[in-house]
Amino acid sequence: MNAETGIGASVLRKEDARFITGKGQYTDDISMFGQTHCVFVRSPHARAKINSIRTDRAMAIDGVIRVFTGDELVADGIGDLPCGWVVNSKDGSPMVSPPHPPIATTLVNYVGEPYAFVVAESLQAARDGAEAVEADFEVLEAVIDTATASSSVQIHENAPNNQAYDWELGEKDATDAAFDKADHITTLDITNNRLIPNAIEPRAALGSYDAASSMYTLYTTSQNPHVERVVLALFVNVAPEANLRVISPDVGGGFGSKIFVYAEETAVIWASAKIGRPIKWRADRSESFLSDAHGRDHVTKAELALTSDGEMLGLRVKTIANMGAYLSTFSSSVPTYLYGTLLAGQYKTPAIYVETQAVFTNTAPVDAYRGAGRPEATYVVERIVETAARELNMDPVELRRKNFIPPDAFPYQTPVALEYDTGNYAASMSLALQLADSDGYAARKAASEANGKMRGRGYSCYIEACGIAPSQLVISLGAGVGLFESAEVRVDVSGSVTVMTGSHSHGQGHETTFAQLVSDRLGIPFESVNVIHGDTGRSDYGLGTYGSRSIAVGGSAIDKAVDKIIAKGKKIAAHMFETTEDQVEFAEGQFSFAGSNEPKPFAEIAGAAYIPAVYPLDELEPGLSEKAFYDPKNFTYPAGSYVCEVEIDPSTGVTQIEKFVAVDDFGNVINPMIVEGQVHGGLAQGIGQALLEHGIYDPDGNLSTGSYMDYTMPRAADLPDFDVDMTSTPCTHNPLGVKGCGEAGAIGSPAAVINAVTDALGVKDVPMPATPHTVWETIQQGA
Amino acid sequence: MKVNLTVNGSQHAVDVSDNALLSDVLRETLGLTGTHVGCDTSQCGACTVHLNGRSVKACTVLAGQADDGDVTTIEGIANGDTLHPMQVAFRANHALQCGFCTPGMIMSAIDLVESSDAPLDAEQVREGLEGNFCRCTGYHNIVKAVLDAQANM
Repeated sequence: MNAETGIGASVLRKEDARFITGKGQYTDDISMFGQTHCVFVRSPHARAKINSIRTDRAMAIDGVIRVFTGDELVADGIGDLPCGWVVNSKDGSPMVSPPHPPIATTLVNYVGEPYAFVVAESLQAARDGAEAVEADFEVLEAVIDTATASSSVQIHENAPNNQAYDWELGEKDATDAAFDKADHITTLDITNNRLIPNAIEPRAALGSYDAASSMYTLYTTSQNPHVERVVLALFVNVAPEANLRVISPDVGGGFGSKIFVYAEETAVIWASAKIGRPIKWRADRSESFLSDAHGRDHVTKAELALTSDGEMLGLRVKTIANMGAYLSTFSSSVPTYLYGTLLAGQYKTPAIYVETQAVFTNTAPVDAYRGAGRPEATYVVERIVETAARELNMDPVELRRKNFIPPDAFPYQTPVALEYDTGNYAASMSLALQLADSDGYAARKAASEANGKMRGRGYSCYIEACGIAPSQLVISLGAGVGLFESAEVRVDVSGSVTVMTGSHSHGQGHETTFAQLVSDRLGIPFESVNVIHGDTGRSDYGLGTYGSRSIAVGGSAIDKAVDKIIAKGKKIAAHMFETTEDQVEFAEGQFSFAGSNEPKPFAEIAGAAYIPAVYPLDELEPGLSEKAFYDPKNFTYPAGSYVCEVEIDPSTGVTQIEKFVAVDDFGNVINPMIVEGQVHGGLAQGIGQALLEHGIYDPDGNLSTGSYMDYTMPRAADLPDFDVDMTSTPCTHNPLGVKGCGEAGAIGSPAAVINAVTDALGVKDVPMPATPHTVWETIQQGA
Repeated sequence: MKVNLTVNGSQHAVDVSDNALLSDVLRETLGLTGTHVGCDTSQCGACTVHLNGRSVKACTVLAGQADDGDVTTIEGIANGDTLHPMQVAFRANHALQCGFCTPGMIMSAIDLVESSDAPLDAEQVREGLEGNFCRCTGYHNIVKAVLDAQANM
């Protein structure tokens, strides 16, 4: 392989060439001839009955073309926005999923829910038109608070107690028995704060319809254009699947929020056929805050049973998860199969039982946000383990080491359904302690105290299930989709290669990483591999990018397609060598045969496939292009050890992160530079959750944090330099030995930060986000 | 209203509405879509351009205010095929992921370095970029890139 561009090299990114010169093509950068503009009219109330909507004044505004209301979509056969994963309650009954028309018809259930939209010649006219739409609302009592939602007024006709489901996992009796024999029980009441994802590119859509071909084309900011297409075609009935092409061009970050199928792109593509012209919509940031799916929002009671010397015997967890007003596309899976299944953490806790009650409130729908369930699980486990160590007067590192699943115990079956394939948790912990200069901590703490500051240190040893996911397993658990990935490796006549992938890059750098993989395996120049993604018209059905799945599932699919290319190449080469394919070797871009001293380069075989002069046409098709679908055999299990050291100024409550060490085990790594970048970004979002970010609704359901002046996004000066390093136990069940790295930082870091803050303050808990005000108040209460 | 602008060295006379923003004119009228719009409260900095040599948020400048002004956007900082040192440093240090904040971040960073009398340290770079959000990189590599670039500017 080429050491500069092959697997394991920190190759600079191909895609950067367009991004650093302003030549990226994001959805809002694309314009079409005859394009119109669209603005949505959104509910000012958290819960209200719509008595009537008056559109005539809007229609009278110069430039307004049409005003659409939800009734028109319903009359045209447009269906509800579905939730694609059916979770069953303890009693076996399926979850309650209330009707969710893309454009509200009779009821609005959160502030920002669209109930009409205006299409106009200009954005200004569309805005003026939206201002002029009038609705007569009958305001109803709203439900906002997560903890009390199930005892509040019922929101949806079919959802008693505002409950979507009441789910459980694990052995209740065995767990209760573990608690009966415990020497010590640690309890912790914690919340996981509501977050608003805030990709810097707002969601956008550009829909057009060509009557001559009956083709709909939707450009949109999607992490999974094929899923968008299949949902819009099969469930929402916008167009037959064959007549709908979804293109997700350059996308400016997603973090989960762009997985889902939303009202806006549904309305835009549908209405483009009604008016016979393209329609563009781009969210204002205020709309993003109100209408992007939010993340997290759990209220949890956790209990950990231990022996007096710190052996973990059992874990009992009861969580209320706020789903918002409707079940968004994959929301139901987040506080269940992506959460309860991770509660074993890195530990051999023998008995675990978790219950999750999912509740409706009159707030924006809540769905997957970077980590999706796994940050919540890690927060529970790593907060309670640290708390238990303090209560038992044990070193939290020692308590963890005592309970780690040892390296020789893999594959390891947890009590919460997962089988971990490999790991070495103590190795990551040791490296993290070394990088954190654990030995120098006492001196640093003394120095802080001498300066009137409070210093604390916290740990977090996370595990996550990535490489989502084995199709038959998730379908048996209620998923409405398979979770394989597709790939096509198309060799050109000259031997260069075009790769089509069902994965989608919205910052992850697939055009580079996947090119490294293919160039390494085929022994061809990195520059001669082009990666194409994000277009249902060009690549096979695939599932997109989320759940740190791209390299583990999408990369494995590409690897499999490359295997087929090499296998066919060997047949072609064998014919040219006048031998059999089992006599042909392929390495370093050359097909060779022991009986010949003239190996044939890959490009020569490609040429022979397309100009088949010397070619076994009677037994082999011409051409060199192969497809593969890869369905993972198991999840992958990235894991790591994080150490956070903070210094708090008691006079202001300001928490300064003095040191943040992240040691991750991602198995094999294709491009370390990109992987480290993914960790940095995850850490920033996790630290943001721990110290700064909070999506807050007032008691009437107005979003108090609806702009960048109210929602505290991490800025450069809020964050430290990160110390990032890696250990490696390669994944045992995918061909690349890779695990995935996209979410780790966001999963592992909040617990490390709050463990450090509570250590510094000498308190059991500080709710996230630990803002200066919250920390200052905590100090005052203790004083 | 009529507005005269020099953008990336080219002169334009554009006819725009009184409330048109500089960001609208760049993107919609002149097709310079490298200048991105990421918020509606002048907080995110994705639309940062240079107006008469200093960085401004183009979403916060009325086109009329920029009349007779000299505007440089992300499309105008390279010298032919030779990239600006800040562009080079962003790529070399993996200081971008999704790329959406990148044009504004680069334009801010150039002004930050150019308007500083002495070499900046990491803390000054972090403070100096307070007007620009990045959600992907955690700023770690952006800080490295700016420090790297200032040595070549």
